[in-house]
Amino acid sequence: MSDSVAPPKETFRLSMLLYDSRYRGITIQFVVLVLVLLALGWLARNAAVNLAALGKPLRFDFLGDTASYDINQRLIEYTSTDSHGRAVLVGLLNTLLVAFMGCAAATILGVIGGVLRLSSNWLVSRLVALYVEIFRNVPVLLWIFVCMFTLTAIAPAPRAFRGDTPEASMLLWDSMAVTNRGIYIPEPLFSRPLGDLNLGVFNVSIELIVLLAVLAGSLFAMKWNNARANRIQTETGDRPNTMWMNIAIVIIPFLLVLIALGFHIGKPELKGFNFKGGINMSAPLIGLWLGLTLYTTTYIIEAVRSGIQAVSKGQSEAAFALGLRPGRTMSLVILPQALRVIIPQLISQYLNLTKNSSLAVAIGYMDLVSTLGGVTLNQTGREMEAILMLMAIYLTISLTISGTMNWYNNRVKLVER
Amino acid sequence: MSDLAIERKIDRSKMEVSDEVAIQINDMNKWYGTFHVLRDINLTVNKGERIVIAGPSGSGKSTMIRCINRLEEHQAGDIIVDGIELTNDLKNIDKIRSEVGMCFQHFNLFPHLTILENCTLAPIWVRKTPKKEAIETAMHFLEKVKIPDQANKYPGQLSGGQQQRVAIARSLCMKPRIMLFDEPTSALDPEMIKEVLDTMIELAEEGMTMLCVTHEMGFARQVANRVIFMDQGQIVEQNEPEEFFNNPKSERTKLFLSQILGH
Repeated sequence: MSDSVAPPKETFRLSMLLYDSRYRGITIQFVVLVLVLLALGWLARNAAVNLAALGKPLRFDFLGDTASYDINQRLIEYTSTDSHGRAVLVGLLNTLLVAFMGCAAATILGVIGGVLRLSSNWLVSRLVALYVEIFRNVPVLLWIFVCMFTLTAIAPAPRAFRGDTPEASMLLWDSMAVTNRGIYIPEPLFSRPLGDLNLGVFNVSIELIVLLAVLAGSLFAMKWNNARANRIQTETGDRPNTMWMNIAIVIIPFLLVLIALGFHIGKPELKGFNFKGGINMSAPLIGLWLGLTLYTTTYIIEAVRSGIQAVSKGQSEAAFALGLRPGRTMSLVILPQALRVIIPQLISQYLNLTKNSSLAVAIGYMDLVSTLGGVTLNQTGREMEAILMLMAIYLTISLTISGTMNWYNNRVKLVER
Repeated sequence: MSDLAIERKIDRSKMEVSDEVAIQINDMNKWYGTFHVLRDINLTVNKGERIVIAGPSGSGKSTMIRCINRLEEHQAGDIIVDGIELTNDLKNIDKIRSEVGMCFQHFNLFPHLTILENCTLAPIWVRKTPKKEAIETAMHFLEKVKIPDQANKYPGQLSGGQQQRVAIARSLCMKPRIMLFDEPTSALDPEMIKEVLDTMIELAEEGMTMLCVTHEMGFARQVANRVIFMDQGQIVEQNEPEEFFNNPKSERTKLFLSQILGH
């Protein structure tokens, strides 16, 4: 166009860095960045100089030294002649174990509790409310102590199981023993084992890999089966019942492989002063797990309750008016919308539980803090390195959890204009 | 309220009231706790009737039509919809709900589903319609309410008037015989009121049985064949629109009309 005018020429003056709304923000950010970098640099230099003065420069070679301490609860092979590095790995796996068990149990209990909290049954909803108020208003460390000491004080010692008329008896057809040294549960055994796969750092049994592969295959087949059901629903309107076929797809191949491997259950048995065989979940593990779970469940109950309540009543009314049954209304309309409220709260509860698991140090569960931040630190005197490593590891775990959950949250987010 | 919203000529050729009864309400009573919300409601609605229910807020208009598809429970009396008695029997409630469509003041679209999915959800899961067919039906009704091009958007991306028209299309996809409207235009600005009323008029022109709780007196005058006035949980007066507006009988109705039409 002939009458169009060129945009006005900008003249840049130095004072605009302070008084122009466009540049002011950038200037301030630049100043803050410089100050932060200076502060960090000063801290790092200070630490380096002082450590050098103490004759302890920042080095991580202590991880290769012999640990010479025992860890009774472990997921991988470990003896006191192994290195500190391996002890740290055992501790890390123990942290992950209790965090995973805690998150899983708290989620299941929390979702059930959240729905019950909204029950129209007065007694049920008040009981859940009472539980929530009691457990979340007392520090989690106390609950861990309570669970731990209840188990060790009330549960019988292994010797109580001995004799013709024992004082204590095993549970579930003599397959499980609750003792003050922990809980013994049956272990899976294979009479035709395939051996172990050496991954360098630790061994993984090939049976486990095979079983996981079979399960993955089954899940894939299940997905195909559901897709088939969707297709039939698209074409004819009737959705074939997929439940029985899905159950068969998952269970039959799994059972066949178990039989082929000669699967049987190894029951724990009393030999000498203690139980042998089976899997031993040590008393500290059980105590920590129960304490963390009971405490975190209360928050998840409240998250689920608030999520369901955040969906307006009009949504279920509209679904009812269209003829949808309450169950379908819950699964197709209410829960998908409740998730966007529940998930962010769930993320922070998972993070809290994972970080709270470091209270393990109070009851002697050998987690990351007890190994790396406890015995290893005391033996080697490498506090700077140990604390830095602890922070880095917890940071990595937490960021992984929140990254995964945020990704999931983005998938269920509502589209607004 | 304005009569300005409706400008078009209304085609009355198909607006026939048949002798068949669509809804029969006998001596219905309802309480919220000790508060008596609905008192001795007696109402017969024939097929093809277009009824407007007016009255001050808190008079029980919405509660009454919400009883018809069991969003509210009545404690005494009978409600018979299309020959099916509304009891605590879940099967009867399901049957009635799939015969009766409903539109709400705040639309209540499902925000996590697209417009198209909103319209196909109930046909697929309640009527067991094949998905392809459900989509065709949905597109048909979306075209009817003049928003087929928004089918793949989410409710949050539409204007209020568009959302209410989607809500109407969503109800129509269940092919209901009776439509209930609970203040469908109260949350909208004048321009959007017009587009929603136009859609409702088209529906009336096709002979749909309609019960509307609304303050749109222009709509009542030109489309309804009967206006019901409620106050304090009772039906105070009912008449043809002409008589109702020009010659109200009770003092309460006169007062209400003078307030609502006075400015």
